[in-house]
Amino acid sequence: MPLTMEFDIKAGDFVLAGEASSKIKDTLKKLGVKPEILKKVAIVSYEAEMNIVIHSVGGVLKAIISKDKIEIIAEDRGPGIENIELAMMEGYSTAPEEIRNLGFGAGMGLPNMKKYSDYFEIESQKGSGTRVYMVVLNK
Amino acid sequence: MPFNLHSIMLDREKCRGCTNCIKKCPTEAIRVRNSKARIIDQRCIDCGECIRTCPYHAKYAVTNSLDDIQKYEYKVALPAPSFYAQFETDDINKLLQALLEIGFDDIFEVAKAAEIVTEFTKQFILQRRDKIPIISSACPAVVRLIQTKFPDLIDNILPLASPMELAAYLAKKKINKQKGIEINKIGAFFISPCAAKMTYVKLPLGFERSYVDGVIAIKDIYGLVRSKLRSIKDVKPLSISSGKGIGWAASGGESLALGIDEYVNVDGIHNVIKVLEEIENGRLNNIVYFEGLACSGGCVGGPLTIENPYVAKNRIKKWSSKLATSSQVLEETTNQIINSLGIKMEDLLFKKELEVNPVLELDSDIEEAMKKYERVNEILKILPGLDCGACGSPTCKTLAEDIVRGLANDTDCIFILRENIKELAKKMVELSNKIPPSLERDED
Repeated sequence: MPLTMEFDIKAGDFVLAGEASSKIKDTLKKLGVKPEILKKVAIVSYEAEMNIVIHSVGGVLKAIISKDKIEIIAEDRGPGIENIELAMMEGYSTAPEEIRNLGFGAGMGLPNMKKYSDYFEIESQKGSGTRVYMVVLNK
Repeated sequence: MPFNLHSIMLDREKCRGCTNCIKKCPTEAIRVRNSKARIIDQRCIDCGECIRTCPYHAKYAVTNSLDDIQKYEYKVALPAPSFYAQFETDDINKLLQALLEIGFDDIFEVAKAAEIVTEFTKQFILQRRDKIPIISSACPAVVRLIQTKFPDLIDNILPLASPMELAAYLAKKKINKQKGIEINKIGAFFISPCAAKMTYVKLPLGFERSYVDGVIAIKDIYGLVRSKLRSIKDVKPLSISSGKGIGWAASGGESLALGIDEYVNVDGIHNVIKVLEEIENGRLNNIVYFEGLACSGGCVGGPLTIENPYVAKNRIKKWSSKLATSSQVLEETTNQIINSLGIKMEDLLFKKELEVNPVLELDSDIEEAMKKYERVNEILKILPGLDCGACGSPTCKTLAEDIVRGLANDTDCIFILRENIKELAKKMVELSNKIPPSLERDED
């Protein structure tokens, strides 16, 4: 039986931002997941959570933990990405000035999510939401 | 970790079984059982938070006594940089002279070793830019914290000997070379602000054995040193440290000595935890060096010091800037020591890998651990979530974990116990109203 964790992520709430991924991380530590796997999940789940906070109108972060893999699913309710190919490029960012001033929006979110996951899938449509599905293998 | 290796101990007489310490412990290493605090050795990282928190002074650190130095033919004191901050004096040489007068034959300043560590850290950073931020290994409590709570950051720890370890190594090498005294006849004693250093000596990090033979608490010799200080007249030039090495005593001093801009220095174990979380999230990727110190203010805030850490920090600052003018001369001594003793970076490198301390895992088998985790969550639902500590565990969550680990019962929670008693009372009333069928009852 896989273990499922699900969190509502509020848009623009920088005080709570990072808490969901922190809880996922803590759980994996309790489960004794190996350091190198932990590291990957920590980064991809944090980036996914921050993307919802910064770019969306709100959404859900989900972790499905099984023996051989950890799935991270980030689903938001919009506004969607106009050009996914562009968004996947390192350094490309649509984050507004005030977010960049907070040290976010360096355009590394999606590229890092892809880099640190073993499987990465992104679906998005302008006007609707974005769904990112990532798998980190636990081996 | 075996019991006798730990430095922090409980005075059972003084402990009142209150819950102050369990709340402050960063690794949830303390429970209250039978009205006494109990330290779980495998979890304790010797940060000293409980020593500071306890209102009854029931926690203490076991260190060596000054008498212990007598076991050695040649006794060398390794004063921590924070030692200099404990006393009001116009000359550091007087402080070192006082150490000789209380029974040591020789001195090797840990501050000087710190300057040498700085030189090799610079070299290491240049080689290993790919693994940043590099995390300082100077504070043993922070290293153990990472082994316990941040296993994914173990790779980032600077694998170089700490200034204390290097000081002992250099002192012995130098004395052996200059005076021909055998290494095993030399006793090297760290004059320490820190409880974790004691544990380090018994169970070194990154090495099989430590060159340090014992740790003497600053507070234990404070009075003696103070009394000697008054009578010191002729001052010999004993100190060879510059402001850089002495600066290590306060938070940020190590980073400052490195001369780089991309560093973060954090003091206080709970603050360190917060920043390590950020490093885990990949948020500090532009930072080259992370200096984390368990004590507030840095080593000057160590639990074995006497002077107020803020006063001490100010003294360190004054010494650092005062000795900065002479630093060029003193820096030459750094190279002299490195060259004359033939020290290379390899000599400082860890010989033993730092391991994960798996004490927070619910089970070594992941599937078992997952089942246990679900049970923890189920138990958490029935616990009140007040984190009152009356059960002896620091939080409801820890109690739930303790229950699942078989170390506690749900009725340890006074609210659950009260619920159970209420149920029982209700049942008793019900039962007391029941009459055997053989007896007469009121028919309506």
